[in-house]
Amino acid sequence: MLLLPALPIIIPLAAAILGVLTWRIKRASFLIALIGSLAHMAAAAALLLETLAHGHGVLHVGGWTGPVGISIVADPFGATLALMASWSGLAAIIYSRKSVDAARQHRFYFPLISVLLAGVSGAFLTGDLFNLYVWFEVLLMSSFVLLSLGGAQRQLQGAFKYVTLNLISSALFLISAGLIYGYVGTLNMADLAVRIANAPESIHTPLLIVGALLIFAFSIKAALFPLSFWLPASYHTPPLAISGLFAGLLTKVGVFAILRTTTLIFQGELWLTNTLLVIASITMLVGVLGAASQYEFRRVLVFHSISQVGYMVLGVAIGTPEALAAALLFIVHHNIVKTNLFFITGLVERVRGSTDLHATGIRGLYATSPALSILFLVTSMALAGIPPLSGFVAKLAIIKAGFEAQAWLPVAAALLTSIVTLYSMIKLWSEGFLRSPERPGQEHHTHHDLHAPAKVNPYPKLPLSMVAPCVVLSLAAVAIGIFAGPIMLICNRAGEVAFDRAAYVKAVLGSESAELLRDANTINTDQETSSHDVPFSLPASEPAPSMPEPTP
Amino acid sequence: MNLVMALLTGTLFAVAIYLLLRRSLVYTLLGLSVLSHAANLVIFTAGGLTRATPPIVLAGETAPPTPHADPLPQALILTAIVISFGVLAFMMALMNRVFKTSDTDDTDDLTITDIEPTFEPEATPTSEHQH
Repeated sequence: MLLLPALPIIIPLAAAILGVLTWRIKRASFLIALIGSLAHMAAAAALLLETLAHGHGVLHVGGWTGPVGISIVADPFGATLALMASWSGLAAIIYSRKSVDAARQHRFYFPLISVLLAGVSGAFLTGDLFNLYVWFEVLLMSSFVLLSLGGAQRQLQGAFKYVTLNLISSALFLISAGLIYGYVGTLNMADLAVRIANAPESIHTPLLIVGALLIFAFSIKAALFPLSFWLPASYHTPPLAISGLFAGLLTKVGVFAILRTTTLIFQGELWLTNTLLVIASITMLVGVLGAASQYEFRRVLVFHSISQVGYMVLGVAIGTPEALAAALLFIVHHNIVKTNLFFITGLVERVRGSTDLHATGIRGLYATSPALSILFLVTSMALAGIPPLSGFVAKLAIIKAGFEAQAWLPVAAALLTSIVTLYSMIKLWSEGFLRSPERPGQEHHTHHDLHAPAKVNPYPKLPLSMVAPCVVLSLAAVAIGIFAGPIMLICNRAGEVAFDRAAYVKAVLGSESAELLRDANTINTDQETSSHDVPFSLPASEPAPSMPEPTP
Repeated sequence: MNLVMALLTGTLFAVAIYLLLRRSLVYTLLGLSVLSHAANLVIFTAGGLTRATPPIVLAGETAPPTPHADPLPQALILTAIVISFGVLAFMMALMNRVFKTSDTDDTDDLTITDIEPTFEPEATPTSEHQH
């Protein structure tokens, strides 16, 4: 089907428009967003199957082929991520129904989520650098509104930081897109790959600097370490449905943009990927140390978001097909688990009225809500990477790829991060769930007696629309761990295709351009830079030329 | 001409960074606005400054007159201007609300996202922190 690559973008946009038009009718916008995200999911799944079977799905918008028009290019990697966007959207929409107040829902809440999903899917499927900028703006704009909708003081202050940093990032992205156009005269990603590979030596260094600026802009959006401070300042402020959706989805768009930059546009530029390796390692450690120092569910989770982005970028920076496959698996795993942890935090808040471990009212959840506690335990252990859950296979794949690339220090950082992740999740578990609610001899006891009886309800009534997404997502985390084999097959295929940029160029521009790219690669072979372009040909005994150890 | 444009964009970036580093909300807004103008000028200059005719295909022809200006940077800038206009309008409204709810213009005082210990009004006060 010709339109298939564009359907994951068109469907949520149509749902958003319909939702705005019917905003006066009660419940209509919710139902439209719900049906829209189901259709979105079906379209993305069909697209994924299509790309797995037949390679890239390309749509030249308006019939303008080649580098002139805007191309929508779906590869298995992007299609999987579009599918991921659809299921996060679905989960967030269902979860929001009873957890987000009516005033917000009345103010175009669901159409905004649909716009966000359209923007995210567009960013995953576009084949044009400037078009990517536009999709970024679409998703940012709706995320700005979703973040500040409701107008609480902390939301507005968080939104101020989020908006300012993201606008600076967008301006840098725009500048680097303009400079790249100035140097090579195209913005089509496939054409960029060909022209940059064939660029004269004199503009090689300026192009690399522009590429670094591009990655800098994406790093702000992905929340890599020195640029990550907007995330813990804003993601914990909106309703938990929004926090979960953002934390599960938005930073991944930045990671995916970095992946397209390092594997498609600037493949084999060791200077860029080695810098990313160092940054990813630092991001993992700094993020998880932030999480370990926090005592409130949401803050722990937002700091974990930063450290987990480090894992994904580690996979992208290693850059072998196996590492890209591992990064994809990690992105999917983290999306499910992180969204779910935010949703479960919402349930905890419903039950106890607080999510701060310093508030004694939260203690002893296991005694009163064992089922909720099991949900939390399963999901948090999946985040920490305990077998047989999803985090274990995802981290194993990343670390295995790191070993094969001989990136010892980043692997050590990843393992250390894993331990501290486990520590901070165990802290939430033992303080919030296991610790008994009444501890004799506690100095603040009388104070809490005023509050405790009202909050502790042994049989809290939780709405099904809030519980069901949590249960399904927890089961998904278990299923990824158990059925890791078949899922890894899809990821491996996606990693191979994402790595093989000649196939991408051939699908978008035809085989002549792909030949041009191959020629440029063979000329450069003696410079050691293009060993990346020969998949699976690295002998195991030879030290991988692409992967020297970074020195921190 | 390129030198003039380079100096102009450099000045605009300097102004934008200076404004963004100020602690006032209004200066931040102005800084973002100047930053987007600077970005547009970079695209304009990088796209190539030429003394050529507009890229318009005359009646009866199939291609524009041979030395013609590249239309793509102009299209990019137009798109970017529209987007930045919308985003800055939102930003202005947001800053207005921030100023009204937080009653301050100083960005150093916008610390509630960093220090607020709990999220529910009935939750325990901060005296709980020691144990």
